[in-house]
Amino acid sequence: MSGAIPQSLHEQLSHQLSQVVGFIYPNEVETQWAILIVVYPYLTGIVAGAFILASLVKVFNVVEVQPIYRLALLTALAFMLVAGMPLQLHLGHPERAYEIFFTPQPTSAMAMFGFVYLWYLLGILLIEIWFEYRHQLVLMAQRSRGLMKGVYGALSLFSKDVSAEALAFDHKASKIITIIGIPSAFLLHGYVGFIFGSVKANPWWGSVLMPIVFLMSAIVSGIAMVMFIYILLSLLRNERLDMRCLDKVGLFLLVAIIVDFALEALDYIHRIYQSEESIGILTELVAARLFTSLVIVQLLLGMLVPLLILVLVRIVNFNEELRKLLYFSASVLILLGIFSMRWNVVIGGQLYSKSFRGLMAYKMEITGIESLVTALALLALPFIILIVLFRVLPPRWMEKNAPAAAH
Amino acid sequence: MNKREFLKDAILFFPAAATLQALAPTAEGKAESAKTPPDYDATRHWYGMGIDVDKCIGCNRCVEACKAENDVPDEPFFFRTWIERYQIRQNGETTVECISTRAAPPEQAEPEDPTVVRTFFVPKLCNQCAHPPCVQVCPVGATFQTQDGVVLVDAERCIGCRYCIQACPYGARYLNPKTRTADKCTFCYHRITEGLLPACVEVCPTEARIFGDLKGRADRLVRFHRVNPISVLKPDLNTEPKVLYARLDGEVR
Repeated sequence: MSGAIPQSLHEQLSHQLSQVVGFIYPNEVETQWAILIVVYPYLTGIVAGAFILASLVKVFNVVEVQPIYRLALLTALAFMLVAGMPLQLHLGHPERAYEIFFTPQPTSAMAMFGFVYLWYLLGILLIEIWFEYRHQLVLMAQRSRGLMKGVYGALSLFSKDVSAEALAFDHKASKIITIIGIPSAFLLHGYVGFIFGSVKANPWWGSVLMPIVFLMSAIVSGIAMVMFIYILLSLLRNERLDMRCLDKVGLFLLVAIIVDFALEALDYIHRIYQSEESIGILTELVAARLFTSLVIVQLLLGMLVPLLILVLVRIVNFNEELRKLLYFSASVLILLGIFSMRWNVVIGGQLYSKSFRGLMAYKMEITGIESLVTALALLALPFIILIVLFRVLPPRWMEKNAPAAAH
Repeated sequence: MNKREFLKDAILFFPAAATLQALAPTAEGKAESAKTPPDYDATRHWYGMGIDVDKCIGCNRCVEACKAENDVPDEPFFFRTWIERYQIRQNGETTVECISTRAAPPEQAEPEDPTVVRTFFVPKLCNQCAHPPCVQVCPVGATFQTQDGVVLVDAERCIGCRYCIQACPYGARYLNPKTRTADKCTFCYHRITEGLLPACVEVCPTEARIFGDLKGRADRLVRFHRVNPISVLKPDLNTEPKVLYARLDGEVR
C-alpha cells in the first residue's frame, strides 16, 4: 500500500503539510483545483468580455469601435478554443470527459457548463464569424488559386452569392446572432461564477454575487485584452492607431472597471458587516495567505491604478503617444489584476480549512501536467491561434482589396 | 425549412435518438455498480452510524482498520475516517489536532496543562448525508446515493474532476492517487450488505461507534438515538447527516 503514490505528489503534499497553520481536516492538505483551474476562468472571461465588446458595434451601433470589431471576434474565438483545455488536462481521467456530454447529471453546474460552452462556441461564435466573413471568403476564394482556393471555398461553405440581398441577409443574421450572443456570453461566464458560487461548503466561494462578479470581471478582462492586442499590433506593424476607437474602448473599460470594483467592494463589505462564523478565518486567510495577490496585485495594481489612469486620460488632455502608453499600461495591469482575482478565488478558497480552524498552503509545481509550464503554455496558445486566424481571416482584407464593399 | 431539409434532418434525428436511447441504461446503471448479494433488498434499510463521543479513547485502530480494509493509501493525506482531539481551555480557547496524521504515537504522556478544562476525541467520517451536496454536483452521476442511504462513488465512471471534494463540507473525500478517482467512506458497503459491520466499528475496543439501520425496529442505532441527546455536524448546511453524535461539544465542526 505504502509508496503507491507518485513521488512528486508525495513531495508536494509533504511540503504543503509542513506549511499548515492551525487545524485542518486531514484530506485538505491536497489542493484539489490548482493552477489550471485558475487559467480556465481567466480564459473564459476573456472570451465573454471580447464578445461583449464586439456586440457594442453590432447591437448598439457604437461606430467608433468598428475598427476592432473583427479583432474582438477573433480574440474571443482564439481564447474560446483554448478555454476547455485546462479543464480537460486537470481531470483524473481525461479519457472519460465525453461522459459529461453523454451522461450529464442535470443537477450539476459543471455538467451543464459543457453544454453552455458548446452552445457558445458552435451556436454563436462560429456562426457569427462566418456571417461576418462570408463575403470576404467568397471574394478570397475567387481570387486565389490551387489549394487556397479550395480552403477559402470550404470556409465559405461553397457559397457564392454576393448580391446586395445576400449581403443584407448576412448583416441581419449576424446582428440577430449577436443579440442572442449577448445573453449567451453572460450565461457563459456567469455560469463559471455559479460553479464556484453554488458551493455552500465553502464560504469564500458561496456567494450569490459570485456569478455577477465573475461576469463583470470577465467584461473588464475581455476589453483589456482586445485593447492590449490592438495596441500591440499597431506597434508591431508600425501603424497608426484609430485614437477615436481607442478612447471609446477606454471609456467602456473605465465604466466596466467601476462596476466591477463596486460589486467586489459590496461583496467584501457585506461579508465584513454580516460577520458570520467564517469571518475570522477568512480575515486570517487574506492577511496571511493572500495579502500580496489580493491587496497589492488584484486591488491596488490591477484595479485602483488602472482606474486612476483611465480617469486621468479622460480629464487631462494628454497627447496621442502618452495616451497610447497609458492605455497600454492600464490594459496590462488589468490583465494581471484579473488573473490575480481568479487566483484569489480558486486557490484562495482552498487555503483555509472548512473546519475554520486553520490555513493550508499551495506549492505550485514547475513541470508536469498541473504546473506552471502548462499554465504558461495555455496562456500563450490563444496568441498563437490568433496569429493563425489573422493569416486565414485577415480582419482588414476588405478595406485593402475590395474597398467599395467594405462596410 | 423545405421538404428536403426536413427529411435530411429527420434522417439524422432518428439514429441520434437511438444512440442516446442505447446509452440511457448505462446512465442509470447505478444500482448495478454497487455489487450486492442477490438476496439483498436495499429498500428495506436506511443505514447510519452513532458516535458515542465520551467512549472514544483515540486509539486510532478504526483508522488503521479502515485503511487496511479499503486499500486507502498509507500516506497521511488520505483518510476515509480519522480522529480529532479537542482541548478546551478555561478561557474558552480550543485547540484541535488530528491524531491520525501522527507518524507514531507520542512516547511520553504530555505534561498536564492546568488551563485545560476538557479533552475529548471525535471520530470523523463521511456523514452519508441524506441530502448530499457531493452527489448534487457530480457532473456525470459517478457519485450517487444507494436506496439504503449510503453515498458511493463509481470508480469506473468518475472522471476525477474533484468537484465533489470541493462540495463536501466535512472534508470527507479525497482523490485516490492510485485510481485517480474520488474516494470516500462507504460504510464498508461490501461488508454491510453481507450482514457484517463496517471495519471501524468491528475493531473499536470501546464500542464508541454504533452501526445500524434506522429502518430497523429493535436496532442498536435506533436505541442509541432514543437514549442520547444527538447532534450532527454543520446542521445549518441542511445536508442531513446520518452520522449521529451523542453529547457532542458545540466546538466541533
